[in-house]
Amino acid sequence: MRVREAYPIGHVRTPFYVRGKSGVIERLCGTYPNPEELAYARPGLPAQPLYRVRFLQCDVWNGYQGGRSDTVDVEIYQHWLLSQ
Amino acid sequence: MSTYRGVHDIGGLPGGEIVPSEHDYALWEKRVDALMVILSRKNLLTVDELRRNIESLGADAYDKMGYYERWIYAITQTLIQRGVISIDELGGRIAQVQARTDDAN
Amino acid sequence: MSDHHHEEGVPHRHPNRPDQDDTLTYWRAMEIAVRELLIEKQVTSPDEVRTEVEAMDDRTPAHGGRVVARAWTDPAYRRLLLEDGNTACEQVGLERGLYKLVAVENTEKVHNVVVCTLCSCYPRFLLGLPPDWYKSRSYRSRVINSPREVLREFGTVVEDDVVVRVHDSTADMRYLVVPKRPAGTEGWSETQLAELVTRDAMIGVSFAREP
Repeated sequence: MRVREAYPIGHVRTPFYVRGKSGVIERLCGTYPNPEELAYARPGLPAQPLYRVRFLQCDVWNGYQGGRSDTVDVEIYQHWLLSQ
Repeated sequence: MSTYRGVHDIGGLPGGEIVPSEHDYALWEKRVDALMVILSRKNLLTVDELRRNIESLGADAYDKMGYYERWIYAITQTLIQRGVISIDELGGRIAQVQARTDDAN
Repeated sequence: MSDHHHEEGVPHRHPNRPDQDDTLTYWRAMEIAVRELLIEKQVTSPDEVRTEVEAMDDRTPAHGGRVVARAWTDPAYRRLLLEDGNTACEQVGLERGLYKLVAVENTEKVHNVVVCTLCSCYPRFLLGLPPDWYKSRSYRSRVINSPREVLREFGTVVEDDVVVRVHDSTADMRYLVVPKRPAGTEGWSETQLAELVTRDAMIGVSFAREP
């Protein structure tokens, strides 16, 4: 899955460092109301699927100093993910 | 593509030495924490509103304010946004509290 | 840095820093003002606030230590912990908590470390309040892209053939690292084992203590 490359203002829980990066779904965590909406005291429904996405560190960071298999796991809402 | 990055969105930015500091929380800090938990439980605040209000602090305030200072700021902003307290009441009460301390000194 | 050595994971209380509760800063005045207004509006009460403060005081890393020690000694419990962390906590008489607890296990091949780069999410219901450094700019910005370096700064060396996984708790999960059980603890009771489990080991910046 690839993380959308978008940079809106507002309460976003997809960290800057994974935007545009590709990883694999490690698990579906469940469905949850959308925090981007909850942040404005709106209900954030319908609940969105939330995934744990696993990225290889060397795919995320230029010049990553560590193991080639080292990973970073991030929870990302479905609307931030594109299949690829 | 030009981008926007929130002041709080700091993963991967240059950072300095990690000082393994900790402190026992002062009573006022614990009360701020307690307030967040209580208000959340009563559905008068969500952690998302708390975070959003903290994130909208400018970079300077975000860096310089203490952790629970940011929390009480954000809790209070949320209560104002939700109409639980008015700015008027807040201003009046803060002044009263400060005056009490002045009187005591 | 605190000016005396203290054992990680051994719960004890430091005296409050003397100036903290004596100086009425603007934000401290705000805390008092808001609390008073909310009590007057009957949104909360002094008892409720006090109860909550005490409840948090009672949450310490020792709780996490009990969970880990049981997982070390009981294979069925370990499986439960890895599958459903909240129920595993409940089973040893601890709170379930409101957020889903995901336990990640350190092994000979994998070392896990947890951070919240965006704020300071932490399994508070199980371990109590996080240390300042966990919430600091330097930890949040650096452990995510330089975990091995940060671990070394904490005195933790992870071998090259071990995979390091960083978990960024950006949403509604909270993470507990299950450290490796130290060698030389065969036959130890859960109580004895729990004393080896430090808060830092459950964050993933340290190994469990050696016997």
